[in-house]
Amino acid sequence: MSEDFTVPEKSGAEILIDTLIEQGVDTVFGYPGGAVLPIYDALFQHTKIRHVLVRHEAGAAHAAEGYARSTGKPGVVLVTSGPGATNAVTGIADAFMDSIPLIVLTGQVATNLIGSDAFQEADTVGITRHCSKHNYLVKDPADLASTVREAFAIATKGRPGPVVIDIPKNVQVATASTDVKRATSSRFNPAGEADYAEINRAVELLANAKAPILYTGGGIINSGPDASAALRELAELCGAPVTSTLMGLGAYPASGDAWLGMLGMHGTYEANMAMNQCDVMLCLGARFDDRVTGRLDAFSPDSIKIHIDIDRSSINKTVRVDLPIVADVGAAIRQMIEVWKGRKYKAAALDDWWARIKGWRAVDCLSYAGSTQEIMPQYAIERLFAATKDKAPIITTEVGQHQMWAAQHFHFDAPNKWLTSGGLGTMGYGLPAAVGAQMGNPDALVIDIAGEASIQMNIQEMATATQYRLPVKVFILNNEWMGMVRQWQELTYESRFSESYSDSLPDFVALAEAYGWKGIRCSDPAKLDDAIAEMLAYKGPVMFDCRVHKTSNCFPMIPSGAAHTDMILHSDEVSGTMDDEAKALV
Amino acid sequence: MHIKQELTERHVLTLTVDNEAGTLARIAGMFTSRGYNIDSLTVADISEDHTTSRITIVTRGPPPVIDQIIAQCERLIPVHKVTDLTEAGPHVERELALVKVRGTGDQRVEAMRLADIYRARVIDATVNSFIFEITGGPDKIDTFVALMREVGLVEVGRTGIVGLMRGAEGS
Repeated sequence: MSEDFTVPEKSGAEILIDTLIEQGVDTVFGYPGGAVLPIYDALFQHTKIRHVLVRHEAGAAHAAEGYARSTGKPGVVLVTSGPGATNAVTGIADAFMDSIPLIVLTGQVATNLIGSDAFQEADTVGITRHCSKHNYLVKDPADLASTVREAFAIATKGRPGPVVIDIPKNVQVATASTDVKRATSSRFNPAGEADYAEINRAVELLANAKAPILYTGGGIINSGPDASAALRELAELCGAPVTSTLMGLGAYPASGDAWLGMLGMHGTYEANMAMNQCDVMLCLGARFDDRVTGRLDAFSPDSIKIHIDIDRSSINKTVRVDLPIVADVGAAIRQMIEVWKGRKYKAAALDDWWARIKGWRAVDCLSYAGSTQEIMPQYAIERLFAATKDKAPIITTEVGQHQMWAAQHFHFDAPNKWLTSGGLGTMGYGLPAAVGAQMGNPDALVIDIAGEASIQMNIQEMATATQYRLPVKVFILNNEWMGMVRQWQELTYESRFSESYSDSLPDFVALAEAYGWKGIRCSDPAKLDDAIAEMLAYKGPVMFDCRVHKTSNCFPMIPSGAAHTDMILHSDEVSGTMDDEAKALV
Repeated sequence: MHIKQELTERHVLTLTVDNEAGTLARIAGMFTSRGYNIDSLTVADISEDHTTSRITIVTRGPPPVIDQIIAQCERLIPVHKVTDLTEAGPHVERELALVKVRGTGDQRVEAMRLADIYRARVIDATVNSFIFEITGGPDKIDTFVALMREVGLVEVGRTGIVGLMRGAEGS
């Protein structure tokens, strides 16, 4: 006698889609292929998930990053086995370095074929093991739902990051009971609030500092908009100047009084001098990257350093700190505000400190030689900023000089508006990231500030923008050089410009038109404002070929292996070579 | 320009980890990818329900690197707990080795005599060979193996170190 158990069974592909919907996924960036056909078939029958067909899997991963960073929600990628997965690896590594929450679903050959060098087989979990926060190979459809749920928790909680789920084709087809309720894992417990003893000590140090500085990073953006609001309140309470890493731009408004500009290799003179001379440094969700610290033994030698980070491995990794605090940075700043107010601290008299900062600001480190003949790249960014600042644009970038000029001359007043590849430094990031950001923010003005070399690395994504009618703008600072490579060769290799000239460039206007975009070219500074206005007025996607001065260098610059106090300013004579110690540094 | 070397310390770390596919690769690969050293590594299932394994890693590095190694291990999702036995205080370390020697006459007698002194047990014998089983700290085993080289060592297999804290408490 059999009892009538009508446990519904579904295929792995259907379970996957159901679980994605349950997790709130509305957009997936992907590219089909043999090993994910069952998932694509299941997707075909659902209307709740929009699938964005990219033109290369690297584009899918970067688009998902752009979506995640601009919306605060995890980005989802769906690619096939073998080359689909390996093409996505750069984006996964990029998301890992910059702590971006991604769920990357990869097809895999059937379980019985794994290890047999089957068609389009690659060891995806092996390849992505050390460039993802976690990864899985799912061998049973009954495990899919719980795996996906845990993956979303891991990707989004604590320090965010990419999680890869590799799903063999037979697991997508095989069925399993859908009422399997496996105990959800409790093995992942990220830090939350800080210990009050540590917070008290941090507040005490900050309140008694004579030359404090807030050194902020991408952790504040990742902690959510509340963390940015809290940072502004804390800065107001303590009166300290604020600087930020490349990743943290927008957490504190660039229009705020306490803003020093970005720090680090291409940061401002005032930010780097203040970091060097401060007596208390409060590092909030940043990680003392080598691009930030310069020469380590000369990094802020006399300061007491407080470091708040959700990832314990970021603390004391390169710079020893005096007060490490493992906590969610947003929660910890709130706690600091609570303690500050509770103890009725007053902002210390920082007049002397601000007077020194004023002296450094007077150096006017971002100034450059203007021209009426040619468009200076800095000028182009300034004019783009002036034309768009009231439209709350989302800016993405590629990697190189244009990226640093954008960070210096475009100013951000809100978080989640600045999407750039910081840690990995991935050329080709900006266009797909803009596609993803525009998908997540249909009404926003999204601009990819690009270089003529970088843009060619994922230029195929122009078709994606065309297909989904995404009005992204690509603003190319075209100087016909891989500018940052050229700059380093000029400064460290006696101007031996080995392979850094962008030869055989396409006609970007004709290319734009070929993809159904509008193309604009401008090389006259007098006509630049009108050309930018034309770009902004156009409803669809625009590629703007901005012909700029060809050999401008990006200053200020801390040369490789130098201290914060040894910045090169635009007016300095720079020597043409460096010793081996400096050359060996990144 | 020359590459600079740093002074290192030896540390014994124990990790409690989920017993699932890929965990060992994740940990061993993290050591490789971040440039950390592994002197020895042992892993075995230690739980009744086969869900948990214990890994013992002997590593080397300057103190800040050891600290970073522990933090990087803790950051991995399947790793539940990391204990630095070297830092935590008195502990015992043991390793097992199987040592095969071949020889006849005086050489064979000498091998047997040394094995006796080192409390190695004979677990296989032929007319011209022995396999000895020896347990102890790494120094003792190193010394024993060095002695066996003089009397006909054929091959040696070592388990790597396992360790526990002394006293009644778990780590």
